[in-house]
Amino acid sequence: MSEQTLRKLPLRILPPALLATRRGALGGKESVHVVERHARAYRHQWVMLVSGFFEPLFYLLSIGVGLGELVGKVQFAGMSVGFTSFVAPALLATSAMNGAVLDSTFNVFFRLKYAKLYDSALATPMRSGDLALGEISWALIRGGLYACAFMVVMLAMGLVHSAWAVLAVPTALLIGFAFASVGMAATTFMKSWQHFEFILLATLPMFLFSATFYPLSVYPRPVQILVDVTPLYQGIAILRGLTLGVVTPGLLWHALYLAVLGVAGLALASRRISRLLLK
Amino acid sequence: MPAPDILVRAHELTKRFGQFTAVDAISFELRQGEAFGFLGPNGAGKSSTMRMIGCVSPPTGGELSILGMDPVADGPAIRSRLGVVPQEDTLDVELTVRENLLIYGRYFGLPRAVIADRTDRLLDFVQLTERGNDQVEPLSGGMKRRLTIARSLINDPEILLLDEPTTGLDPQARHVVWDRLFRLKQQGVTLILTTHYMDEAEQLCDRLVVMDGGKIAAEGSPRELIDQYSSAEVLELRFHPSEHDQAAEKLRDVPAERMEVLADRVLLYVPDGDAALAAAGDLGLEPLTSLVRRSTLEDVFLRLTGRRLED
Repeated sequence: MSEQTLRKLPLRILPPALLATRRGALGGKESVHVVERHARAYRHQWVMLVSGFFEPLFYLLSIGVGLGELVGKVQFAGMSVGFTSFVAPALLATSAMNGAVLDSTFNVFFRLKYAKLYDSALATPMRSGDLALGEISWALIRGGLYACAFMVVMLAMGLVHSAWAVLAVPTALLIGFAFASVGMAATTFMKSWQHFEFILLATLPMFLFSATFYPLSVYPRPVQILVDVTPLYQGIAILRGLTLGVVTPGLLWHALYLAVLGVAGLALASRRISRLLLK
Repeated sequence: MPAPDILVRAHELTKRFGQFTAVDAISFELRQGEAFGFLGPNGAGKSSTMRMIGCVSPPTGGELSILGMDPVADGPAIRSRLGVVPQEDTLDVELTVRENLLIYGRYFGLPRAVIADRTDRLLDFVQLTERGNDQVEPLSGGMKRRLTIARSLINDPEILLLDEPTTGLDPQARHVVWDRLFRLKQQGVTLILTTHYMDEAEQLCDRLVVMDGGKIAAEGSPRELIDQYSSAEVLELRFHPSEHDQAAEKLRDVPAERMEVLADRVLLYVPDGDAALAAAGDLGLEPLTSLVRRSTLEDVFLRLTGRRLED
């Protein structure tokens, strides 16, 4: 292999999204103006903001508390854990995913195709990366508020069993980052509202099967491996470990997975916006 | 070394989309303080040129320098000194009129106090002060256009880009927009506009290029272009459709610099329209209607491309 080829090799191993090395491809401080814009817009429709608090809460009450009466205890990491305590962190992870996906898909698609929000912003010093980072930041701020509210409910209901739970909200943000980035990147490929069926097709099975309601050990080995590589499972594993106090170094791998996914999604979303609008 | 007062310099600037060449090696220079126009029909390459100048579309070939900088490398720095009025309104319908200016100003990184100050001045300038706290959606087309113009001025731009600024507006709204643009010109703002309305080009442009099929067909002031490519007067004659072809044939005997036979009219380019009309009468021709008028840019365009502007 010649020296020339060798020099080019590492570039080919990296996914193309990560090659978006142009200045500002991952966004800069200007992205804060997107957040500012959304905060303004939501002043006029604050009801939309409040609704997000209730979704995970309703799940917790119906599945966690209602079903918990029937199920009783669940075996987790050699401990006997109340079903509600077991399910609550998974619902927090799911709501972080759903909130992020909703913001970064439907809302982004509308702004991209119909409101022409990004066209007007790109006529200013704003760059594609700022728009992508701004959208994702907004999804995170919103998701962070919901996560805080949910944690308060969990504390009040006695579902938090470890001081490690202080890391639960940052973890919810990390889950939100991964899903908002990937969701936004996916949205840039969508041509019509019908394509959003695919999003539901991805998120709903993840919600149902990512060891949300029972331990991963109930699955046969091949299914365990499959679930182990899906993104929502990473978030559920971290949050469950934190709130139940079963913290192992392995949780860092789950966190790294989500972080890498988030950065790759952000880079791809930024590139795609440039591709679509700066042609 | 470019002269200091040249703000935009294009040399053989080209834009291709796949096999299609939208802008075909055009060269032009824009000087500070002038109102420069791209006149041409839809599809002539005007908007593609504007998007390249606005640094939202990388050139495929040739050279382009804006404010002494390279649009690909220095996009954000250039855009911070431009004002853009896009062809299609891109106002933020989830915000009020004032908030539209606020958020747009924030995109430029301007402090809120500066924006608030300029917003008062700009809303006054575009006569929308009373609508400041209203939503954008109920505004009329003309008001939205004026708001877009106000928005484009929030960063105190050195060059204002206007892509078809009055397309889709009713005549009265157009005149209000023209009046505001004329005032900006008086204030020394450099304007670049595209239009397929010859009256717009004549009213607003100090200098213009006529574009057709991605190329520049001619360049000059409206007066120069008319003097160079058309006659002082034009005689327009309309005949009964059954006599149209015959009459056109006979009219070749009337001395004229040039004759254009359109589907519904015959145009005679002459120094003296009334004399030509009398000559046509002497030949026994009886047009349904006749009109003597001065030459316009429409005639220049017809001469240069063989087609009408708004077809």
